[in-house]
Amino acid sequence: MAAEQSATDYIVHHLTHAGLVPKTGAIFNFSNMHLDTFWVALALGFLFAGLFGYVARKATSGVPGRLQNFVELIVEMVDTQIKDAFHGKSRVIGPLALTIFVWVFLMNAMDFLPVDLLPAIAQAIGYYGFGHDPHHVYLRVVPTADVNQTFALSLSVLIIIIGFSIKAKGLLGWFKELLTAPFHAEGLGMQIVLGPVNLAFQIIELLAKPISLSLRLFGNMYAGELIFILIALLPWWINWVLGTPWAIFHILVVTLQAFVFMMLTIVYLSMAVEDH
Amino acid sequence: MEFNASLIGQAITFAILVWFTMKFVWPPLTRMMDERAARIADGLAAADRAKQDLANAEKASADRLREAKQQAAELIAQAEKRAAQIVDEAKDQAKVEGDRLVKGAQSEIEQQVQSAREVLRQQVADLAVAGAEKILKQEIDAARHADLLASIKAEL
Repeated sequence: MAAEQSATDYIVHHLTHAGLVPKTGAIFNFSNMHLDTFWVALALGFLFAGLFGYVARKATSGVPGRLQNFVELIVEMVDTQIKDAFHGKSRVIGPLALTIFVWVFLMNAMDFLPVDLLPAIAQAIGYYGFGHDPHHVYLRVVPTADVNQTFALSLSVLIIIIGFSIKAKGLLGWFKELLTAPFHAEGLGMQIVLGPVNLAFQIIELLAKPISLSLRLFGNMYAGELIFILIALLPWWINWVLGTPWAIFHILVVTLQAFVFMMLTIVYLSMAVEDH
Repeated sequence: MEFNASLIGQAITFAILVWFTMKFVWPPLTRMMDERAARIADGLAAADRAKQDLANAEKASADRLREAKQQAAELIAQAEKRAAQIVDEAKDQAKVEGDRLVKGAQSEIEQQVQSAREVLRQQVADLAVAGAEKILKQEIDAARHADLLASIKAEL
């Protein structure tokens, strides 16, 4: 690949999504959609749902098999984290945390595939199957290196946070908290003065949560992907010198980012149901 | 970096995945794991109970054994006592029987001595009479001197 085009072209090609329409350069363009993110994430979602659903359906409380053991290990880990951090009762938080952890982990783990493997296959299919110019067949295989994916997750979490707050405190209770925390006032006058300040703080706090969640994940995965692309620019015989350590280090990043996303979601939901 | 409809699409995918996990993955798995935990707890409790039962049974069997040994010892002691008693009784009986036999033999001997003496006396008397007859011959009338003869006989 690198031989036929300049390094810049190679990198740009690798960092371009398979969109519905060509990129306009605008930050918001809701007439576009990233097909690569969608299909890869969906396939990984099916992998997760299929594997875990299969194990759950065949699960036995007797002696578990290796696959069941592995699945149980993950479920137990998630359950332990929830029991430690979340002091409430909810049917949603367990499945939510499990889905986040496994799905994000799988999407992050797409980084371990050779950077050219799936794009080259896509280009071959595009060229031989549909007669497209290979230079205009784009595929990014790490959905979590797409802001749309990470913000989709974190904004969904934001909605769930608000839902948990309202469920725990009631709609009026939640509104009241928006106006009276974090600064508590005694007299009515002070309360009116502090109301807007509190509201501003609460809104910043609420918005900071999904932004930090999604940008942390996106930044880590985008940087990881970019470094893999840069390493791929090296001559083939020296590639492993940097590629191997980075891939090994990336195992940690991939797992840790999935765990951090899940853990922070649990913590935020726990804060949502507790009184300030 | 471009925010587009993928944001909504991925959120929908996420929502469906969470729903699926909530419906088909989390509840059966956690239920099964709770069941296993309960089974393990039951098993451990049963093992403890079995251990306790075993200890009880061992204690009971030791008690039984001790009782049995004690009974056996008692029985042996009784038997020995009884045996000694029987031997003593037998000895006593033998002694009594022996005494009786000796006594019977003595009395028989005495009787025989008596009868022998009687026979002897008779014979001596007869002999004396015969001798006297031979000596006196005609002079003594047996019938006339019967009293005399009888008295002599008695004196012998």
